[in-house]
Amino acid sequence: MYRYDDYDQAIVDARVEEFRDQTNRRLAGELSEDQFKPLRLMNGLYLQLHAYMLRVAIPYGTLSGRQMRMLAHIARTYDKDYGHFTTRQNLQYNWIKLADAPEILAQLATVEMHAIQTSGNCIRNISSDQYAGAAAEEIEDPRPWAELLRQWSTFHPEFIFLPRKFKIAVTASEVDRTAVKLHDIGLQIHRNAAGEAGFRVFVGGGMGRTPMVAPVIREFLPKEQLISYLEACLRVYNRFGRRDNMYKARIKILVHELGADEYRRQVEEEFLHTRTLGLDAPMDEFDRIAAGFAPPAFETGLSDEIDQTSPAFARWVGNQVAAHKTPGYAIVNISLKPTGGIPGDASSAQIDLMADLAEAYSFDELRITHAQNVVLAHVKKSDLFAIWQKLDAAGLATPNLDLVSDIIACPGLDYCSLANARSIPVAQKIAERFADLDRQRDLGELKIKISGCINACGHHHAGHIGILGVDRKGEENYQLSFGGSGAEDASLAKIIGPGFSEDGVVDAVEKAVDVYKALRSDGERFLDTYRRIGEAPFKEAIYG
Amino acid sequence: MKILTGNDLTSGDVIWWTGDGWSRHIEHAVDVDAHGEAIAAQEEAARRVNAPYVIQGEMTEAGPRPGHIKDRIRAVGPTVRTDLGLKPADPSIGEWVI
Repeated sequence: MYRYDDYDQAIVDARVEEFRDQTNRRLAGELSEDQFKPLRLMNGLYLQLHAYMLRVAIPYGTLSGRQMRMLAHIARTYDKDYGHFTTRQNLQYNWIKLADAPEILAQLATVEMHAIQTSGNCIRNISSDQYAGAAAEEIEDPRPWAELLRQWSTFHPEFIFLPRKFKIAVTASEVDRTAVKLHDIGLQIHRNAAGEAGFRVFVGGGMGRTPMVAPVIREFLPKEQLISYLEACLRVYNRFGRRDNMYKARIKILVHELGADEYRRQVEEEFLHTRTLGLDAPMDEFDRIAAGFAPPAFETGLSDEIDQTSPAFARWVGNQVAAHKTPGYAIVNISLKPTGGIPGDASSAQIDLMADLAEAYSFDELRITHAQNVVLAHVKKSDLFAIWQKLDAAGLATPNLDLVSDIIACPGLDYCSLANARSIPVAQKIAERFADLDRQRDLGELKIKISGCINACGHHHAGHIGILGVDRKGEENYQLSFGGSGAEDASLAKIIGPGFSEDGVVDAVEKAVDVYKALRSDGERFLDTYRRIGEAPFKEAIYG
Repeated sequence: MKILTGNDLTSGDVIWWTGDGWSRHIEHAVDVDAHGEAIAAQEEAARRVNAPYVIQGEMTEAGPRPGHIKDRIRAVGPTVRTDLGLKPADPSIGEWVI
């Protein structure tokens, strides 16, 4: 893993002391809320329905056992003994006291973590592939580039007050686990005809009020020009992005209104200038960063055999364990979606356990996924049974990855001040309706995503089945949509018809699943069947 | 009735105006009538509340009930973690919210 250098540590420590002083001044009455609010938000501290909420950045979703254990310690000491893993690979605490916030940030800084730029109209946490460094099909580990972007974007004076927040994802695989086309900028490392690796640059994707799949703005960007090219992308946005209307301020609106060709032209024109400014990182500095992501010391000569005589273990292996590029190793997906549980929530004890497992079995490294699960990326197959036993005892072995009960849900109206409706109870009811694991396996990959408001933190636009909670005359109401995908076959879900009550939407989901089951062809996922037969049979079953 | 609510500046707890101070319990809320904005300004200036606002509610046999589900959830805590709310042992709390 990348480790802070002296400069990284110094700026984080300085920021903690700055925020401690700002908090003290707020508590002493020297700062009004209007003055303090932007300061606390730039340190990840929101005021939500029940209390202050602190969003902690987990850069590209990667952290060590020591860092994970610190998250558990904070949950236990300063919160209500649990944390919530988010769709941006971060962690949120829901019950923080303002007076404790500076000390929490100070403790995070001791393990090279912070909450900087987890709010505000700036470049947010860079996200990446949870299988980075482990997936056979990837071209290279994308995280050194994500780390370079983290360093570039941290406190970048030109991009601290953008028209709106800005999200970047980096992947190096054709199998997209990052929703790369649904980001403000998505970077995909691929090879050109000459076999050279470089970036395919998507700009102007996103969800929210106006969802859009990003067009390709640069098919191939030499890697060493990444910073100067992104500077050009951001400069055009900073110059022409709308600041008069926050609902039209994201870069996707600019790209859409200019058109991809004109946006590309302006970026290329700006790039001619930014390339001359010496903005790109020296390759020896990149190499220093990349050294932090060197492959671990994998053992050789290991067996690929897994004793699956235990049916429950075999089921877990069949669904939660993915292929690793190194013989004898596997990728373990830990489900934070127990039937009837809260998607993404983990208790302090569970967080500690995952830290223990990472240290004992996965080269001291964990990954948080945007689907609100956790990954141990480098596990010996001979250790799988021991890991499963420990996860199972802790309620972390539900074998439902990418199945109907592996639901993404935002905190919704149970926690969030922006929400119009609750998300979590809908997720719980759907998971309970489909609790039978045999039924889930039979249905195969089916990604349900639920948001409690139009901001779409629950990625409902990218759900095979998407659910959006709205406020209809003071009552919670749920719009159902089909056909979305956040993967390499990215698409936006389409609303099927009038909304439902909480129980009604669960029934409607089941009817849609029954249609799929009746009409699917061999090997088709729900999404494939929907794309083949269209919405009519689903609409008929649900509303007919 | 009109109810004044906000969050405690230091703890962030949801609080309700009682007529002479703040309480975490909605049962203690009073009708602020047309005085809500003035009380809010005064209390915010005194740093006893953060982000205060006035809501519409109704007086029921069980006490004051906010008119919108959002504020009813604020009054009792997350419906999915009633163990963390102010009335973890009250089986009727879900009905009260919905």
